[in-house]
Amino acid sequence: MELLNQVTQFVISGLATGSIYALIGLSFAIIFNSTGIINFAQGEFVMLGGVLTIFSLNVLQLPLAAAIVAAVAVTTVIGILFERLAIRPLKNATPLALIIITIGASILIRGVVMLLWGKDTQALPAFSGTDPITVAGATLLPQHLWIFGVTVMVIVGCRLFFNHTISGKAMRACSFNRRAANLVGISVGRMVLFSFVISAAVGSLAGVIIAPLTMTSYDVGVMLGLKGFCAAIMGGMGSGLGTVLGGLILGTLESLGAGLVSSGYKDAIAFFILLLILFIRPQGLFKKGETERV
Amino acid sequence: MRSDRIKFIVFALVVLLLPLPLSGGYLTNVLIFVGINGVLALGLNLLLGYAGQISLGQAAFFGLGAYGSGVLTTQFGFNPWVAMVVVALCVAVFAFALGFPVLRLKGHYLAMATLGVGVIANIAFNETVDLTGGPSGLSGIPNLAIGTLTFDSDLKNYYLVWCFALGMILLSLNLVNSRFGRALRAIHDSEVAARVMGVNARLMKVQVFTLSAFMSAIMGSLYCHVMTFISPASFGFGFSVEVLTMVVIGGLGSVYGSILGALLLTLLPEMLRAFQDYDIIVYGLLLVTMTIYMPGGLVQGIPALFRLIMPAKKGSEVGNA
Amino acid sequence: MKKLVSTAFASLALFCLSTAALAAPPIKIGALFAVTGPASFLGEPERNTAQMVVDEINKAGGVKGRKLELITYDTGGDATKAVQLANKLVKNDQVVAIIGPSTTGDTMAVIPVVEKAQVPLISCSAGIKITDPVKKWVFKTAQNDTLAVARIYEQLKKEKKSKVAILTVSDSFGSSGREQLKAQARHFGIQIISDDTYGPKDTDMTPQLTKIKSAKPDAIICWGTNPGPAVIARNAKQLGLAIPLYMSHGVSSKKFIELAGDAAEGIRLPSGKVLVADLLPKSDKQKGSLLAFIKDYQNHYRAEGDHFGGHAWDAMMLLKGAIERGGDTPAGIRNALEATRNFAGIGGVFSYSAKDHAGLTKDAFTLVEVRKKDWVLVK
Repeated sequence: MELLNQVTQFVISGLATGSIYALIGLSFAIIFNSTGIINFAQGEFVMLGGVLTIFSLNVLQLPLAAAIVAAVAVTTVIGILFERLAIRPLKNATPLALIIITIGASILIRGVVMLLWGKDTQALPAFSGTDPITVAGATLLPQHLWIFGVTVMVIVGCRLFFNHTISGKAMRACSFNRRAANLVGISVGRMVLFSFVISAAVGSLAGVIIAPLTMTSYDVGVMLGLKGFCAAIMGGMGSGLGTVLGGLILGTLESLGAGLVSSGYKDAIAFFILLLILFIRPQGLFKKGETERV
Repeated sequence: MRSDRIKFIVFALVVLLLPLPLSGGYLTNVLIFVGINGVLALGLNLLLGYAGQISLGQAAFFGLGAYGSGVLTTQFGFNPWVAMVVVALCVAVFAFALGFPVLRLKGHYLAMATLGVGVIANIAFNETVDLTGGPSGLSGIPNLAIGTLTFDSDLKNYYLVWCFALGMILLSLNLVNSRFGRALRAIHDSEVAARVMGVNARLMKVQVFTLSAFMSAIMGSLYCHVMTFISPASFGFGFSVEVLTMVVIGGLGSVYGSILGALLLTLLPEMLRAFQDYDIIVYGLLLVTMTIYMPGGLVQGIPALFRLIMPAKKGSEVGNA
Repeated sequence: MKKLVSTAFASLALFCLSTAALAAPPIKIGALFAVTGPASFLGEPERNTAQMVVDEINKAGGVKGRKLELITYDTGGDATKAVQLANKLVKNDQVVAIIGPSTTGDTMAVIPVVEKAQVPLISCSAGIKITDPVKKWVFKTAQNDTLAVARIYEQLKKEKKSKVAILTVSDSFGSSGREQLKAQARHFGIQIISDDTYGPKDTDMTPQLTKIKSAKPDAIICWGTNPGPAVIARNAKQLGLAIPLYMSHGVSSKKFIELAGDAAEGIRLPSGKVLVADLLPKSDKQKGSLLAFIKDYQNHYRAEGDHFGGHAWDAMMLLKGAIERGGDTPAGIRNALEATRNFAGIGGVFSYSAKDHAGLTKDAFTLVEVRKKDWVLVK
């Protein structure tokens, strides 16, 4: 019974962390699908969400809800600027050059935030208190419910957008075949910009909702970005359920690894399993195989 | 072919004579690390620029080399030279075995897998405290020595590291101009086509992967004997990314480009010191703008810059006459 | 008019005098701090403090009439960079002494450089192996982790608690603490029944704490620096752990209370005296230094001076004393440093000797507890 309670706790904690990875993973996949870029600055969007909310709340004295909206909006604008200034000028760049650009941009964003707001870690107050809730012998915080709720909302929102709106369908078309999409009259450039908008918004939203739990500072983006990338890869870089499951699996693996095997090696365990998955299913867990066109 | 040889001889002469005007100042010390980073970038460039396979885990092989040599010499009393050879061979065998499953992957999956290998290696350096000293590092590593000549000054270490580096550069130059090199480029352009032509693409990719790991491991051994202290923080994901940046900024598929990229990125923080706290912003900006405006890297960008300035000059001279 | 002329002459004379004093070149002191990177929580206050002390000394006329010049470089917590910069300080800037680096790793990396160049180094990091064995040119100001561990274990022994669980961060700060926690346990009759770690950037430690909960220890000791321990404090509250929680001196600043919020209540930690300076009795030898440091830091940076800045304060003041007594050569400074006795600084009362280059006793730490969002001394 003792062990069962423990495992429940591990799983619940893991799912909560995993939801965050899932959200970040989704924001990775959205950009990847429309541009083929692995955006190394994705973690920085997450960081910006948290840092900007705290700034709006403490310095601008906005109420929490307004602060969150402001933070997400500003991050989205930064995402747009990023696409316009650093991605669009390169028409025929190799994906590799684009990766280096996103690395440069992430260093830049981190540097600016560090200079503006310092290096201190800061905490955001919890949205609805900190009284623990008990579920099946395990405890979780009201903030965890917010995380689950927002994750579900974002997934449903993405699904509706990509399957039932013209813009969403157009974006999907771009991800399948850019040239064909262009030929049928889709403005690929605008879809790329769109993908940055959505991705920055989702990423920063993830940053906002975890800030009360994990706190935030100018350098939290690197680790979170890395984990989000893992989640997206596990799910086969799709912008749907696969990535979400990838994130949840990663979070749960980490938590179980830390609790049952060894806390020092927990990340190694998660990455080892990731490697195994890749070796057995090179195209990710939830994606059908593709043949390479020559 | 002959111009290649002349190029190399000029390069080697520059390298060998460079410390003279520096007269043992601290720049000599920085140039040691340029040599080390240059070979790391070169190793990755063979893999990435010639065979078209990305790796975000180069720091792992570099770290395995450094920790292998460090642990064998301090804990097991190995002779440093013997340790270097043993470690480099072990790393090569490990990379060879790892290469088969890993290099089956493509694109971002390959990036992720190599990144994973890097993360796992780094955790291992951190957690095997009894052997490696864990996060606080391993100290008391001996300097290398030949007979009574101990490599204990910057100048001696400079020549030590750059002799190895020149050797590796020569090896790489010969390799890329050989049959093997041409086959690699064929894989880069189209793996399927190369296979149709009878190239054993899979084996060749693994061989290059092994070679780049071997080169990194040797540099790791040198690094640990030059520093006499190592800690896991030097072999993290950040460093793998830095090596990748050196390759791309220097120029994909160019041997000298890798050295140029390493030179620039190793010296850049020193040059940016004038900006004080703003150095990180300038660094980020430079990275972005250089990639945008020099997509071919420094090796193509610098001559292009010259051409941009030179014809204008010539024209004005003609005009004056 | 006459008055104006005389004032002008007087100020001219003063100006000449001051330029004469300036004519003696400044004494160059090097500083290596991890101002950026994961250890910036150490490096930034250290750099600020060192600069502040140098400014104050120069304002007061310098050391024996000569100004000090501080040349600071940022190592970013990277050992390779630290070695390059130490070389730069020694070879290009030709400093007479170096203070820093901030982390044990950086310090261990630069020791061969300063030993060979024969320049004294006063490290601001805590690792025990920096001064054990004693190295001729290397001193340090940060308290050994040994002392912090001993302070906690003493208290546990007094309360007859013998089973502890430890949870340490997997970086050099945490692993050094973990080593000492394990090494000293037997001496105090303490049994470590659970030994876990977490990563410096981890965001959820409930798995480790759940495991610890089921092991039923008498106390939990957590060794880390912000934000990890604040997350642990919150996670412990979430899980409803009713076990006393001890932290390390790594979080001894108001920042920790701010981050952990309500969850900080009742947490205990060993701390340098800077945290509770105003609570100290008048007879305390360090009180003067502590209050001066806190006041200066508040004036210069409008922030609370912490215990890490204190390491740099101690290093600079020790150096100032050594230059006054031993002259401006590296060898003279080294010898004068080694002869320093009873210097009451921020970290404690320093007495260096040929056999001891760390110079502190365990009195350097006091045990404090968080109550109503503030620190109180544990009796």
